[in-house]
Amino acid sequence: MHVPDGFLDARTLAATAGLAAVGLGLALREVRRNLPPRRVPLIGLAAAFVFAAQMLNFPVAAGTSGHLIGAALAAVLLGPAAAIVAMTAVLLLQSLMFADGGITALGANVLNLAVIAPLAAYGVYRAVRSIAGTGQQATLLATGFAAWCSTMAAALACAVQLAASGVVEWGTVLAAMGSVHMVIGLGEAVITMLIVAVVLRARPELVTSAVPAMQPTHRRTVAYGTALVIGLMVLVAPFASSLPDGLEHVAERFGFASLASASQPAPLPDYSLVPLADSSPWLATVLAGALGALVAFAVAWFVARALAAPVHPTARH
Amino acid sequence: MLRDRFLSPYQHGSSAVHRWPAGAKLLAAVGCVFLVVLLPRSAWWAYAAIAAGLVAVSLAARADLRGMLVRLLLLEPFVIGIALLALLKPGGVPLFLSMLTKSTLCLATMILLTATTRFSDLLAVLWRIRVPALLVTTLALMHRYLFVLVEEMERMQRARRSRTFVAGRTSAWRNSAQVAGQLFVRTSERAERVYLAMCARGWKA
Repeated sequence: MHVPDGFLDARTLAATAGLAAVGLGLALREVRRNLPPRRVPLIGLAAAFVFAAQMLNFPVAAGTSGHLIGAALAAVLLGPAAAIVAMTAVLLLQSLMFADGGITALGANVLNLAVIAPLAAYGVYRAVRSIAGTGQQATLLATGFAAWCSTMAAALACAVQLAASGVVEWGTVLAAMGSVHMVIGLGEAVITMLIVAVVLRARPELVTSAVPAMQPTHRRTVAYGTALVIGLMVLVAPFASSLPDGLEHVAERFGFASLASASQPAPLPDYSLVPLADSSPWLATVLAGALGALVAFAVAWFVARALAAPVHPTARH
Repeated sequence: MLRDRFLSPYQHGSSAVHRWPAGAKLLAAVGCVFLVVLLPRSAWWAYAAIAAGLVAVSLAARADLRGMLVRLLLLEPFVIGIALLALLKPGGVPLFLSMLTKSTLCLATMILLTATTRFSDLLAVLWRIRVPALLVTTLALMHRYLFVLVEEMERMQRARRSRTFVAGRTSAWRNSAQVAGQLFVRTSERAERVYLAMCARGWKA
């Protein structure tokens, strides 16, 4: 999902760099103020850990294999602010040392994978845990669903940036990125849950110590994150409505062209259900998204149940 | 072996390019990348000139051209993957070609930079230009322990492989997750020791 150089236009580059700088700045301030100094070296080592863990292969089918993205894992194990700093370090090192991810697109990549993804993961993780409880199974369920949501959030943000740059059409890129990452997100969810389950079994306090010590300031971080995402939408909307293709075409066809002024939010992804798509594409898109989320939640629930099942003493080796 | 080579892009050398100050090289590389990105899509002569410049600098650095090419080809699939989406747009072929050229030139620039400049020197530049200290510390620790953790991970995988004879897909997932989970536990224990060692040497947050 790393955007290389040469794909995004100057407007998008500037907007994403600004938003990424704000997000990273707030996270750095949060870490400096509220993280005990004891945990500061862990951020650097955890960044190296995420990089190493991304090198592990998870075979899928026919010789292909997937790998971890790690934003949700970092958010669950480190908390949101430290996760943002660690993921930013990962992306900086990847682009500066391995030319993986562009230099001009660094702002966009940091925004998608190091700001939006951990914040989305953390928000969902907190929300699910506040409803489902803080037991092992609930923690794993929250982790899995958070990983799926963060993958989707990052992918859609990336799609919005590519489309706003005018290099691909809105419908194409949102449909492609949305549908592909619905599946990739499931893989990310299962991998993240498996890893967190191992940590929970070996050193449960490593998972819990990153989480229940949530001061009201962390709630502020989440609020900043939400504001950031809304800011992104608002910033992108004028670009979207000024595009000659895609969105305007859709707008004219469905007769809400008059609404497509500055406050028009970015469209929802177009991974629509086929029969419904012709009559009511918006409804179909919403339904497809909800269905995907439901499937992800169900998968997370089943895996969490299987992983949290008490192991019989003799069955362990 | 391939992994070792991939993890250390820096090629030792004593050419003039290697001896240029890291700050100047970073500035030149970033400037070149921005120039390529901001050039009009059909500025083919400018692209050719920049490519010629990159080749000239590589030759002056007596860099391992084959290694750099392999690195470029390994990164190219990601570029092509995104660029292909542009082909679906009506009249997308020139757009596709120009994006591919731009991205490839930028990749080549960064590969050349990392082949001739140590990452620790780049970190020193980031420190000097006042990138927030916490971020530079994090980057420095990450770079320092990256190789330690990757080696630790490989030892764990080797130990697992020497004890496991059947490798189905499910067990492969479980094993990789086991390695990653254990690696995180060991990483956080190591971070505690690193913190104590840093404090013993007078480090202040």
